[in-house]
Amino acid sequence: MTLPTAQRGQLPRPKPPSRGLRPSGVQRAAAERTRTTIGRRRVVNVVMVGITFVAAIVATLPLIFILAHLLRAGASSINWAFFTEIPKPPGEEGGGMANAMVGTLVLILAASAFGLPIGIGAGLYLAENRGTHLANAVRFLSDVLNGLPSIVMGIFAWQFLVKPMGKFSALAGGIALGAMMIPLVTRTTEEMIRIVPVSLREAALALGYSRWRTSLVVVLRTALPGIVTGALVAVSRIAGETAPLLFTVLGNQFWSVSVREPIAALPLQIFNFAISPYDQQHALAWAGALVLIGIVLIISLAARFATRSRFGRGGD
Amino acid sequence: MSEAARPLVTTRPDDTGIAARIEGSAIGDSVYRWMTTAFALSIPILLFFIALEVGAAAWPALKAFGFGFLTSSEWDPPHSVFGAAPAIYGTIISSIIALIIATPLALGVAIFLSEFAPSWLRQPVAFFVDLLAAIPSVVYGLWGIFVLQPLLREHVMPFLAGLPLIGQSALFEGPAYGPSMLGAGLILAIMVLPFISAVSREVLMAVPRSQREAALALGATKWEMIADAVVPYARSGIIGGVILGLGRALGETMAVTMLIGNVHKISASLFAPGYTMASLIANEFAEATGDLHLSALMAVGAVLFAVTLIVNALARWLVWRVSREARS
Repeated sequence: MTLPTAQRGQLPRPKPPSRGLRPSGVQRAAAERTRTTIGRRRVVNVVMVGITFVAAIVATLPLIFILAHLLRAGASSINWAFFTEIPKPPGEEGGGMANAMVGTLVLILAASAFGLPIGIGAGLYLAENRGTHLANAVRFLSDVLNGLPSIVMGIFAWQFLVKPMGKFSALAGGIALGAMMIPLVTRTTEEMIRIVPVSLREAALALGYSRWRTSLVVVLRTALPGIVTGALVAVSRIAGETAPLLFTVLGNQFWSVSVREPIAALPLQIFNFAISPYDQQHALAWAGALVLIGIVLIISLAARFATRSRFGRGGD
Repeated sequence: MSEAARPLVTTRPDDTGIAARIEGSAIGDSVYRWMTTAFALSIPILLFFIALEVGAAAWPALKAFGFGFLTSSEWDPPHSVFGAAPAIYGTIISSIIALIIATPLALGVAIFLSEFAPSWLRQPVAFFVDLLAAIPSVVYGLWGIFVLQPLLREHVMPFLAGLPLIGQSALFEGPAYGPSMLGAGLILAIMVLPFISAVSREVLMAVPRSQREAALALGATKWEMIADAVVPYARSGIIGGVILGLGRALGETMAVTMLIGNVHKISASLFAPGYTMASLIANEFAEATGDLHLSALMAVGAVLFAVTLIVNALARWLVWRVSREARS
């Protein structure tokens, strides 16, 4: 509803005091004080709006700086050889990170094969058994697992997998990464299944579907876009993880796609090249970082827009 | 199924199918229940195994050095003497630097986005800040080594050392090489910023409308409404977000390893290199010289695990408290 402009913003004025009830000096002073404090309060208001605005700008600057520098330093080293060749010995010009990119792909697949079924299964359980003690405990522990430092996951995987197996392997790294995916996938699966209307479930049951078919065929399928988003977010999170790989996959200077052997990985290769003394390896590290961040951003963007188109809102 | 019911069923052939299907679905249901329960249970089991394996591997070192492991600052692999105090100190200090820088900034962003920003600006700014969380740690480290570190060495550190009064204090003492507690703290600040701001934004948005309207109706300006009605209401949630950020900062590995200098020494100066628990493990684990060295590193991991567990549990509890209040 809109008021005519003349009326808008004009609050009804208090009536002037009648004769004999004139405002005392004290009252006049109080009124005066109120007027000046209102002025000051407005100034404070504007200043604080400005400060939060500046905070928002400052907070976006690091991202812009990092992306800009990545583009500048990384783009010059990205060429055909970067995507097709394996690293040259230190000091030699050229070479690429093809084996590391393939290695990262293998690790992502291994991690997803381990982490997604467990995460989705646990999410189904949490959504269908809300309020039980076990569900609450699992939800809490999944948050704990989510906060577990990745380096601790790394030494655990070494102790639990690498040491008994007697050698470093892509499998150990994939399982460590997969374990890191579980809490995120569990949480998003639970949330997405929760927003599936109960009527849908009831309709399926009323048509004679058994509970498990209702859950898997009707409910899970309806929630699938959201679950895919959650899975993509989880993948984008582990794609750049380095710490769990240090003592599990070890890295590899040569081609390898076997899950039983040490394997190269993009983040690991970037780390090793970044701390090396050779300029040529630094250049490769920047190019690798650009590719890695490209992969991560594309996956996150895909996840974001997948959710947006389904639910009409951003991925929050 | 009773005998009496059988003839009835056989006269109507359709029903045998249904009965069989119902029986089959009962089996399917129990298998389904059993499987999802097993998947759910795998999370506690995994955590149990992590605690067990890391704890067991850490035991020899913890037994050998006892409580002194946490307080001694001697780390001497050739002589098998291990004390984690410098790493624990470095972890705490770098995280505190990160929080001091990131908290006001994150809170500012969260308030701007939840209260002031026009809707066309809200989404892109929130997205940009959230993207910070998507950048891999190793990329932060790379940027830190080649961009942030030279910047600190050539501009920021001389500036800080040149400040009146505090420039002469022990905080800014010694030569500015680059690898330093300050650099690690700064990169951590950038890395935890999106976590704190996301949680703060969420809890600020969860503050009931009536709370804001009441403040405005009493004549408060928009800022007064935020400062007196909105932020106090969301306070424990915001603290939860900060503690969540702390949990991230404590366990962050790669970027810190690349920037902190990796020296077993406690120094008051922020310009001096140091160590954190995570970077200590990352640096020495692959080249551990003996069983006790390995066990000591596992013990550092166990301490880190325990600390982050407590910190995260505390954060969850605080955030949960706000969302529960907002619901009721």
